[in-house]
Amino acid sequence: MDVIEGIAFVFGDNVDTDQIYPGRYLDLSDHREIALHAMEGIDPDFVKKVSQLVEIGPVVVAGRNFGCGSSREHAVIALKEIGVRAIVAKSFGRIFYRNALNQGLLLLDVPELKLNEIRGGAKVSIFLREGSLFFDGILSFRFKVPSESFLRLIEEGGVISYIKKYGKLEF
Amino acid sequence: MHAIEKILAVAAGKSEVKAGEVVFARIDVAEVNDLYLQVIKSFYELGDGEIVIPEKTVFVFDHYSPAPTIRSAENHKKMREFCREKGIKNLFDIGEGICHQVLVEGGFVGPGKVVIETDSHATTLGALGAFATGVGSTDLAIALKTGRLWFKVPEVIKIEIKGKLPVGVMAKDIILHILGRLKQDFAIYKAIEFNGGVVRALSMDERFVLCNMAVEMGAKTAYIQPDSSTYNYLMGLGCDISVFSEYQTDSDYIYSAKYEFDVSDLTPQVALPGSVDNVVSVSDCEGIKVDQIFVGTCTGGRLNDIRVLAEVLDGEKVSECTRLIVIPASKRIFMEALKKGYVEKLLKAGAVFSTPGCGPCLGAHEGVLASGERCISTSSRNFPGRMGSPDAQIYLSSPLVAAYSAIYGRITNPLHFI
Repeated sequence: MDVIEGIAFVFGDNVDTDQIYPGRYLDLSDHREIALHAMEGIDPDFVKKVSQLVEIGPVVVAGRNFGCGSSREHAVIALKEIGVRAIVAKSFGRIFYRNALNQGLLLLDVPELKLNEIRGGAKVSIFLREGSLFFDGILSFRFKVPSESFLRLIEEGGVISYIKKYGKLEF
Repeated sequence: MHAIEKILAVAAGKSEVKAGEVVFARIDVAEVNDLYLQVIKSFYELGDGEIVIPEKTVFVFDHYSPAPTIRSAENHKKMREFCREKGIKNLFDIGEGICHQVLVEGGFVGPGKVVIETDSHATTLGALGAFATGVGSTDLAIALKTGRLWFKVPEVIKIEIKGKLPVGVMAKDIILHILGRLKQDFAIYKAIEFNGGVVRALSMDERFVLCNMAVEMGAKTAYIQPDSSTYNYLMGLGCDISVFSEYQTDSDYIYSAKYEFDVSDLTPQVALPGSVDNVVSVSDCEGIKVDQIFVGTCTGGRLNDIRVLAEVLDGEKVSECTRLIVIPASKRIFMEALKKGYVEKLLKAGAVFSTPGCGPCLGAHEGVLASGERCISTSSRNFPGRMGSPDAQIYLSSPLVAAYSAIYGRITNPLHFI
């Protein structure tokens, strides 16, 4: 998991969980059904656009406070299940961050991100252990390399598989 | 150490903790609401077995309650079965009220308790001097399985509220004003302590409003140092306060930041649609027509909110151009409001009541909005699409602004009448 590549889907600041996953679908619990409503509150065509990608997954790129609002894990499940490879944002809502870690969805804090310079549809390359990411191979930003325990949690696919494999959670 | 750090230290079996440190803390209350069948799924994914904290586990049916869809009815059914199988006696079924309020009234939460809920507004409970925070389904399932959960000890921001609160201005106006100034990502990963003479003078119903909306600034938790109001309130509910432990912040504790707000000149505030931190004085948006007024939720559905509404609407009529939906935060509040005559006054004025619970706040049922409609609400969130159509607009205000707006069918400044 050293290098992650994907296509950028760019959003702004304060994208809350109602936009990521509207409250009217909170009675769903099947992950495949949940995935059909990913980002519906902000971009009703997101799922369609993602399904048109061939051989490369989406990377969500956003501003400050991505995933603020409700504690609904559906928001993370929807994005993970639809195939989002990683979410790169200036900062994240706290509960969303925990939920993503638990579900094994990679989040990267990139405070220096300049959203207005990033093209929707750009090819994103993330060099995880080097702490750098590139858009279209040119525009680049640095981020703090995540800890090994964080990366192991993501690589294992989330906290449940991690606990099953290692017996308990440690940091 | 801060009182919050002391609570976490004790829960983690440590003599000292500091901000940034990860601790595995004992959980005193683990609350699951009816949106989270995933908790049960995650619980079983972790393996078979029993819940290690059945007496500390509480299920509350509040978000989709009574069930508005077949799926949510199935979820309720599976949760009832799970509670029966696992020996969970604390199941608060439909109509009992919103999780945070139900936990308080049930005597589960008070000073020093470590509380997790599958609801971001868990911060509300910090008003009682508890450490309370919202988590997702997987975290909650881990707590059911192990009795513990990891937390990063948060830095604490102190917000001191001073001055003299003007007549017609409520806790909701204070917190909206603070949100407008500090913005919604201000306190991510951090805790907020509210302090100062104004906070000390607020009733518990009003203190809950401050802590409730701390999460709208991204806060992990909120805190108000318990005092005689706290204990009088808990004893008034019939709670056994001997089960709680109060902790004091050391005088040499260094806050990560301190802010002061003098509210002596504060006016009623309104958050404009789409963003909870886009806040103006009501005089800057009065006259805007509203199709619905909603008084309810874990932010604005307590007895004090219903009292304020009923006193304004006593002998008045809800404008024909609008509709007023009132949803008490709990059955107990509903019964109190009945006893005090508020419900009758409001029904006569034309209000519509619905089952204690979250109501239309999260866009599931009991008054969702059509496209192009405008609602003024005592709730805490006005994200696009939150209460129904993404093309509806939600204004957030105090119950007092909501009350006068109901009479005129337009956003109305209560100061014209006080």
